[in-house]
Amino acid sequence: MALFQIAEPGESAAPHEHKLAIGIDLGTTNSLVATVRSGLAVCLNDEHGRALLPSVVRYHADNSTVVGYDAQTKQAVDPRNTIVSVKRFMGRGLKDIAHVESMPYDFVEAPGMVKVKTIAGIKSPVEVSAEILKSLKERAEVALAGELVGAVITVPAYFDDAQRQATKDAAKLAGLNVLRLLNEPTAAAIAYGLDNAAEGVYAVYDLGGGTFDISILKLTKGVFEVMATGGDSALGGDDFDHRIFCWVIEQAKLQPLSPEDARLLMMRCREAKEYLTNNPQAQITVRLSSGEVVDITLDVATFAEIAQTLISKTMQPVKKALRDAGLRADDVKGVVMVGGSTRMPQVQKAVGDFFRQEPLTNLDPDKVVALGAATQANLLVGNKTGKDDWLLLDVIPLSLGLETMGGLTEKVIPRNATIPTARAQEFTTFKDGQTAMAIHVVQGERELVADCRSLARFELRGIPPMVAGAARIRVTFQVDADGLLSVSAREQTTGVESSVTVKPSYGLSDDEIAGMLKDSMEHAKDDAMNRALKEAIVEAQRMIEATEAAMKEDPHLLNEAETAKIVATIDKLRQTMAGDNRRHINLAMDDLGFETQAFAHRRMDQSIKKVLSGRKVDDIKMGEDA
Amino acid sequence: MDLRADHFALFGLNRAFRLDLSDLDSRYRDIQAQVHPDRFVNAGDAERRLSMQWATHANEAYQTLKKPLERAKYLLQLDGHDIQAENNTAMPADFLMEQMEWREAVMEARTGGDHHELEHLHNRLRADISTRYEELGDLLEQGEAVLATDRVRRLMFLEKLLYEIDDALASLEE
Repeated sequence: MALFQIAEPGESAAPHEHKLAIGIDLGTTNSLVATVRSGLAVCLNDEHGRALLPSVVRYHADNSTVVGYDAQTKQAVDPRNTIVSVKRFMGRGLKDIAHVESMPYDFVEAPGMVKVKTIAGIKSPVEVSAEILKSLKERAEVALAGELVGAVITVPAYFDDAQRQATKDAAKLAGLNVLRLLNEPTAAAIAYGLDNAAEGVYAVYDLGGGTFDISILKLTKGVFEVMATGGDSALGGDDFDHRIFCWVIEQAKLQPLSPEDARLLMMRCREAKEYLTNNPQAQITVRLSSGEVVDITLDVATFAEIAQTLISKTMQPVKKALRDAGLRADDVKGVVMVGGSTRMPQVQKAVGDFFRQEPLTNLDPDKVVALGAATQANLLVGNKTGKDDWLLLDVIPLSLGLETMGGLTEKVIPRNATIPTARAQEFTTFKDGQTAMAIHVVQGERELVADCRSLARFELRGIPPMVAGAARIRVTFQVDADGLLSVSAREQTTGVESSVTVKPSYGLSDDEIAGMLKDSMEHAKDDAMNRALKEAIVEAQRMIEATEAAMKEDPHLLNEAETAKIVATIDKLRQTMAGDNRRHINLAMDDLGFETQAFAHRRMDQSIKKVLSGRKVDDIKMGEDA
Repeated sequence: MDLRADHFALFGLNRAFRLDLSDLDSRYRDIQAQVHPDRFVNAGDAERRLSMQWATHANEAYQTLKKPLERAKYLLQLDGHDIQAENNTAMPADFLMEQMEWREAVMEARTGGDHHELEHLHNRLRADISTRYEELGDLLEQGEAVLATDRVRRLMFLEKLLYEIDDALASLEE
């Protein structure tokens, strides 16, 4: 599987294997895929030379799909089965979605996340997003002519746990190995910062098709540190279109429109908005199915008035993020504009006025996120060329809390905490002999549970019966580097330790994903079983490579017996990989994991000691000088 | 070095209240550069899990040592002195009187929309707090743990008050 790779200028003389990694910007309106080629991040184009893939999926009766431009042109013809802006539904219930009434879809309320009834059956937003991701994955595989090691997928910084989990599930469903979920403004900062060798505090103002993010970052030599982030995960260019749409209906005194007419008018409104970026006025002309013709002129002044409320709505999170970072507008050295919606001159002016400086627009606001994601993916898989190294420290956008007495929340992890982060909380029983306890995890800043997003409800069972207040149940909340939460609990007084790992309720179980995978595979050549086997082999291969590299790097951390044991375990794993039993491979991987545990500890220990010992030498030197 | 080591030891620092924050920053970054999960994307499960634990630990340690109040609390706690913040409200009467006066002034400025006065209160309190941290540093260096614990409790009140003034300022700006 190893690919022949020509050494690039500036690279070490021995050409190492270049691993194929991609960055994907899964946007509300458009999606992109990028990679690093010859040390340069580039977007991968489709066969017509277009980088953007409209985030539109059309379902046919035979369960086949069309994605992108071809689906987009059909949205007014077949609005019910042509899903646009699916990102707005990710990890969302029906009641969370704005302007449902002007959407043509046949929504189905489902626990945790809304679904859409199409001609090909009921589809979850995760499945729809997976179609977009699959299309980009195929584009990348063709362009790079090889197997992808993994992908960095971007998400709005303000996405909560449910929305992140849904995105990760979609990537899994599309058969992508997710290296990391990366926040969109942070991705932009990487693309921008590395390009400009920037240092200091920067703000990234990211107004996309359906989401708004603001991130405040501190860039110091090789470190991108997010100080605070804020936003609105349901505010974007779509809302400007919707405002124009409402204005047209009011001006032209239109009766309620059919789904087809509504979709058509919405498209015209969006075109008008885009046209007004460079022109003083735009004409909105639509022939409705009734034969009635709407023909109306929208001038810049009127549009500015229409847009004003939405633009000022973005400034509240900006102020809050600055405050959370402990900074003022003057402390910000540069403001990077990201997202197609920042092309609106009204947005640029508002941002410029607030920060009292011209915003930076020298990178294409549509591409900068994908380019940053590709750059990060390249680093994560280890394609680095000596000096190109940096560290990313990101934060969790919204506080995590627990429901307490009276429907109030108790914060467990505050917003803007650097991830990964964890916090343990101790609970006790309040009744004699109580053996179970309910825990409700929420995300948000409000005091009332009802105003926050419910992430998970679970019950701890099997608590040994004791008098009230005697049990000590330690619940640990861990947020990983993707910003995803996991909760585990253990009772620790009696020595009988029970431990549960809870996956939040909105997320899909592995079985559900397997089910969806099977459904989607019925029309494909190979079946789900084959794919699962293939994935296990890839995973095992990765594990062997990692272990062997570690053994080569640090042979002194293992004694002979341990080395022999690990080598034998690797051999055993290789044997299972030659067979076709996925379970055997997984068991052999578990064995290897077990055998390398002590080794992993020693390696981590060694690297930390190295940092500290380097320090101590410095300290001594400084002491002598003084 | 293991995950139970105290926060100072993690960064190779002596247990002391007074520390060079920019030095702490760079030590923190050096540690994260070694242990962060982004460095272990291709590693085996065991190393990935360890990396997350270490990075989590480094973040917690950094957050604690970065803020003077948290740092002081942590030092006292390492020394076996509990702050008992929630249970112990027995503060001297003159301190509580002073607190009430501050609060009244803040409330008045807030309801009156007096931005200038709030700024003034903010700056005054800021200066007061930093003098108190100096005193706290001396007490901790002299091993006066009981007095230091008392000063930490006072500072908790004052930091909260400062937060409320900032809150009032922010709400006026909106």
